[in-house]
Amino acid sequence: MVAFERNRKCVIARPDPPVLKGTARVFGDDINTDYIISGRYKFKTLDMGELAKHVMEDLEPGFADRIDKGDFIVAGRNFGCGSSREQAPLALKAAGISAVIARSFARIFFRNAINNGLPLLICDTSGIDDSDILEVDIGNGLVRDLTKDSDIKCEHVPGIMLTILDEGGLVSFIQKHGKFRV
Amino acid sequence: MMGRTISEKILGAHAQKEVAAGEIVVARVDSMMAQDGTAPLAIRAFNEMGGEGVSHPERIMFCIDHNAPSPLKSVSELHALMRKFASENNLELSDIGEGVCHQLMVEKGRVLPGELVIGADSHTCTYGALNSFATGVGSTDFAAAMLTGELWFRVPETMRINVRGKLPAGVYAKDIALSIVGMITADGATYQAIEFSGEVIRKLSLESRLTICNLSVEMGAKVGLMEADEKLLEYVGKRSDRKFSPVKPDRNASYAAEHEVNVGELTPLVSLPHQVDRVLPVEEVEGTIVSQGLIGTCTNGRLEDLRISASILCGKKIAKGTRLIIAPASREIMLNALREGLIEVFIESGCVVVPPGCASCVGTHQGIPSDEENVISTANRNFKGRMGNPSAYIYLASPATVAASCVEGKIADPRKYIRGNCRS
Repeated sequence: MVAFERNRKCVIARPDPPVLKGTARVFGDDINTDYIISGRYKFKTLDMGELAKHVMEDLEPGFADRIDKGDFIVAGRNFGCGSSREQAPLALKAAGISAVIARSFARIFFRNAINNGLPLLICDTSGIDDSDILEVDIGNGLVRDLTKDSDIKCEHVPGIMLTILDEGGLVSFIQKHGKFRV
Repeated sequence: MMGRTISEKILGAHAQKEVAAGEIVVARVDSMMAQDGTAPLAIRAFNEMGGEGVSHPERIMFCIDHNAPSPLKSVSELHALMRKFASENNLELSDIGEGVCHQLMVEKGRVLPGELVIGADSHTCTYGALNSFATGVGSTDFAAAMLTGELWFRVPETMRINVRGKLPAGVYAKDIALSIVGMITADGATYQAIEFSGEVIRKLSLESRLTICNLSVEMGAKVGLMEADEKLLEYVGKRSDRKFSPVKPDRNASYAAEHEVNVGELTPLVSLPHQVDRVLPVEEVEGTIVSQGLIGTCTNGRLEDLRISASILCGKKIAKGTRLIIAPASREIMLNALREGLIEVFIESGCVVVPPGCASCVGTHQGIPSDEENVISTANRNFKGRMGNPSAYIYLASPATVAASCVEGKIADPRKYIRGNCRS
């Protein structure tokens, strides 16, 4: 297991694997959780494999079919705004998205993703274009755009979130500790 | 010493220490709610955590409101899962037809001034109008709170919004809220608390205050807070006998930003598809054809909203080619509307009155628009696809504007319809 370097400007991520590689799938600002997974589907089932078929459908019909396992969603400001539905990060994960990289995240989505082990990275995404090949160095909080040959530094997140991720999400955190501690 | 905001005081009291913005704390949760879109996942997470029983059943309420009555067998199974868990754990469950979760939390006295409340629904921020730190969480956080009675929080910075001026006739709390969302934008208050203050807020009814706090999350805020006053204390005193302590900010509290809003010149506003912060005066969109209206939801389904709507609809018919759905936010509200004759006005004018609940706001049932239709709604979200059809367009406005628009069949300025009660 890779240790997090808590004092460094560090990124949130699951420790395994430490470096991810995939293709950028670029979206804009204010991508809300209704767009990630519509209320039309999310009330019907707890089967995330089923919900995964419909991620981002209202913005980009057929998007789920075009995801290659390991792809990254790259977005602008306020990703995950709107409803508190935890089906949003769960369906993205089930659809094969390995991390979301955005300029900023809405707070409930932010917690939900961490609690379910979907890595999020906060950085300036304006230079990343659709289909760019990215390498995400989780331990060092770095996004490397291989297509553009550029490195982007990521912002830090609260230590308790890193701990929750470190321990595999909130379910395993609670299984292990029985309660919260700061 | 630097003074403290309402958020710092409430979170500090529940973490049993002095806290300041930016700190991470573990705090006791006084009250919590999950609905049928979020409770099933919370139950699953709770079971995976190895939960054998909830820590404080009396602090938890489940509510079946988003998809109620169930339109599908698969949904019915999720409702059954909620009922079983609630029964086994001795939790209160509000079943179909009782109303929208956020209205029920208020009516049932489950939220009191100075309390810390979480809800597995983003519009939990509504109860900030009751001077409580109330915020939306996801299902796994909710499960952990059911199990431990606590949750971790980052103490938010606070933005203060002072609302002053004299609210013109035909302009309502929803218009104030939309004007603030338009000014702050969809992520302008992300990670922050908002404190709403000023003479206008003090004069507003509790119902109107709930409308304003409801829209806090549409600016990214964690909570929208108001101070307690006589009006609030009288209301909660009738609803609960739990002890509570209202919380005021210190005079020298530190704010991340302070804004002044003068409502003296405010006109009725409309939020345009597909973003809540795309706000324009009604004059600029007047005449846009609407096929469906919705009056209800956790934003605007309360008695005062129904009274205003009925005063406009009284003696009139909904325009040919237009549908208007009325969804009272709770059974209590529906009963009162019935006793006051408002339901009769709605039915006579050609509205469809549906059971208390979220109705078509979340796009699962009870009024999904067809392709290319425009809908005007009193809800809080107009995202593409929100009402179940990504090819429809949703405009948001006050109940008065929605009612006036459905009378004309096109977006209309409600000010020309303002008059007294229907019966007078």
